[in-house]
Amino acid sequence: MLTIENLHAEVEGRTILNGIDLNVKPGEIHAIMGPNGSGKSTLSSVIAGNEDYDVTQGKILFKGKDLSGLDPEERAHLGIFLSFQYPVEIPGVTVTNFIKTAINANRKAQGLSDLGASELLKKIREKSTLLDIDSKFLSRSLNEGFSGGEKKRNEIFQMAMLEPTLAILDETDSGLDIDALKIVANGVNKFKAKENAVVVITHYQRLLEYIVPDFVHVLFGGKIVKSGTKELAHELEAKGYDWIKELA
Amino acid sequence: MEFKEKLISSYLAFEGDLDLLDSVHQTRAKALRVFEKKGFPTKKDESWKYTSLNALVNADYALFPRSEASIELKDVKKYFLYDTDTYKVIFIDGVYSPFLSNTTHDGLDVCLMSAALTKPKYRNLINTYFNKIASLEESLTALNTSYSKEGAFVYIPKKTVAEKPIEIIHFASGEEHSLWLQPRNLIVVDKNSQVQIIERHQSLKDHPVVTNSVTEVYVHEEAFVDYYKLQNDLTSASLIDNTYIQQAKNSHASVHTFSLGGKLVRNNLRYYHTGQRILSTLKGVTILEGKQHVDHSTMVHHSHPNCESHQDYKGIFSERSEGVFNGQILVEKIAQKTNAFQQNNNVLLDDKATVNSKPQLEIYADDVKCSHGCTIGQMDEEALFYLQSRGIPKKEAKALMTYAFANNVLESVQLPSLKKRINGQIASKLGVNLGFEL
Repeated sequence: MLTIENLHAEVEGRTILNGIDLNVKPGEIHAIMGPNGSGKSTLSSVIAGNEDYDVTQGKILFKGKDLSGLDPEERAHLGIFLSFQYPVEIPGVTVTNFIKTAINANRKAQGLSDLGASELLKKIREKSTLLDIDSKFLSRSLNEGFSGGEKKRNEIFQMAMLEPTLAILDETDSGLDIDALKIVANGVNKFKAKENAVVVITHYQRLLEYIVPDFVHVLFGGKIVKSGTKELAHELEAKGYDWIKELA
Repeated sequence: MEFKEKLISSYLAFEGDLDLLDSVHQTRAKALRVFEKKGFPTKKDESWKYTSLNALVNADYALFPRSEASIELKDVKKYFLYDTDTYKVIFIDGVYSPFLSNTTHDGLDVCLMSAALTKPKYRNLINTYFNKIASLEESLTALNTSYSKEGAFVYIPKKTVAEKPIEIIHFASGEEHSLWLQPRNLIVVDKNSQVQIIERHQSLKDHPVVTNSVTEVYVHEEAFVDYYKLQNDLTSASLIDNTYIQQAKNSHASVHTFSLGGKLVRNNLRYYHTGQRILSTLKGVTILEGKQHVDHSTMVHHSHPNCESHQDYKGIFSERSEGVFNGQILVEKIAQKTNAFQQNNNVLLDDKATVNSKPQLEIYADDVKCSHGCTIGQMDEEALFYLQSRGIPKKEAKALMTYAFANNVLESVQLPSLKKRINGQIASKLGVNLGFEL
C-alpha cells in the first residue's frame, strides 16, 4: 500500500530525511519510534504533502501511485490521513461544518454527491459516541480552546469520519492522560481493518500497549536504523535510545 | 472649471427654491464658507494620509439630476431585505421615490429630511438636532451641510420599539453620465426606544458616482440603535460616509459596516457620549479586490466615566486592493473606569494588496482598561495544510479560512435575514460555495 524508497527530504536547505525505506501493507500497523529530532514528524509531513519540505531523492508510492507533485488534498483523496501532533486551531469553523466540508470534498473527488444531512448526522453520532465526544463539542470552533486531549480525540474522530486507507498518527499520545489514551486507542483499533493500515509515530512505548504494532522501526538521523516486532518497542523502553545512536 | 468651483458657483441654483431666511439655511450658508475656505482634504491632512480624493474631485459631476429617473421594482428588489417586512426610505439620484418607499407617521416618523426641514411640526426637532454633532470644521461634512436638503428622517418617540427595520437606500440610476450625491440623514431615538437601520448606496449602471453622505444619530437614555451599513457598490461608485453618533446614559449604539465593494470608500464614524454606562459598538468586515480602496476612520470620545466601547474591524484584501484603518480612542481625564477595546485584523491574500492600520489612543484618565490590537498577516500556511490534508482543496480551504476569519463580526448581526444575506455575499465574494452557513 505504502512504499517509501530511499527518501531524502530537506527543509530550508537542511537535510532531515536521509534515505528512508519503508513498506506498509494493508492490514498492518507500523510504529515508528525514535528520539526527538530524528525526523519522525518530517516523515509524516512529507507523506501528507506538506510543501515546506522538499523531497530531494527517492519516492513515495501509495497504492502504486507516485505521490510526487500531488497536493495534500489529492493525497487525502487517495486515502491518506495525517493525525497532527499539533492540530491547528480554526476559529469560526465548527467541528461539524469542518467535517462536513472535508467529507464532501473527498466525495466530490471520488465523483460522489454530497452526503445527506441525516446520514452525516448518523455517522457523526456513531463515531463521536465511540470516542466519547460530547455533542456540544461538535458545535465548537475547530480546536479552538480545546485541551490537548480534546484535540487528539478530535483528530481520531476526523479519521473515523473520513475512513482513510492509511492513517498516520503523529505523536497522538502526547498530552493524553491514561483514560484519554485508552479512548483514542480504542478508536484506532475499531477503525483498523484488513483493507487499511496505520502508522503510529511515537516517542514512547506507552501507546503501543493499546495499539499493538506488527512492526516497529527506529528512526535516527533521518534513517531507519533498526526494524523489528513489538518486542523492539519494549527494548527501547527499557534501554532508552542511546544504544540506537551507536547503530547509526 | 474645477469641481470645487462648480460646487460653489452652483450654490445659487441650489438656493433658488429655499427659504433663505430660515435658520437651517443660515447653517448651510455658513457651512459653504467652511468648505470654500478648506476645500477637499488632501493627503497632507493627517487623517487623509492614506486616502487620496484627487482622482475623484478632479472630475466633473452633475449636482442636480436633470430628470427623475424611473426604476422598476423588479430591477432593484434584490437590494432590499425582501424576505423581511421593513420601512423603506428610497431615493433615486437623490430624489425621493414614493413608489419604492414605505414610510410611516404611525407612532414613529420614518420619512423625508426635506419634510422635516420645512414642516412646522418638525421645527423643534430640527432646531434641537440638525447639525448639532456633525463637524462644523470638517470640509466634506461642511460641504454636505451646505447642500443638505434631502435624505431620511427618523424619529422614534419615547418607549417605542420600531417593530420593523428601516431601510435607507440611495440608488444611482446611471441616467446622468456622472453624479455627485449628498444625502443628509437625521435619526433621533428617544428614551427607552429601539430601532434597527440598514443603509446602502447602490449604483445601477457603472457610471461614476460619488456620494458624500452625512448622518447624525441621537441615542437617548436607555435607547438602542442597531445600524448596518452595506457597502457593496459597483466599482464605478465611491462613497464618503460621515456618521456622527451622540449617546446619552445607559444607551447602546452599534454600527456594523460591511465594505464589500465600491471604488473608494471612506467611513468617518464618530461617537460622542453625554452620560455614564454607555456602550458603543463599532464593527466592520472589509473584503476587497481589484483596485478597491476602503478607509475606516473611527473615533470614540470617552468623556464620561463607566462607559464601554468595542471596535472590531476585519479586513481581507486581494489583488491590488488597499485598506486603511485609523481608530482613535480619546479618554478624557474625567472618564474613569472606561473600558475601551479596539481590534483590527487584516489578511493580505496577494503581494500587491496593502493595509495601513493606525490605532490612535489618547488616554488622560488613569483608572481605565484600554486595549488595542492590530494584525496584518498572510494566510496561515500551517492551517491551510491542515485543511488540505483533510481533502479540502486549497481554494476552498482559503475561502473557508477567510470566511471564518470574518465570522465573529457577523455573529453580532441581530437581523437573521440580513446575516444570511451577508453570509451569502461574503461567500460569493470569495468565489466559493461553502455548502453551509457559519
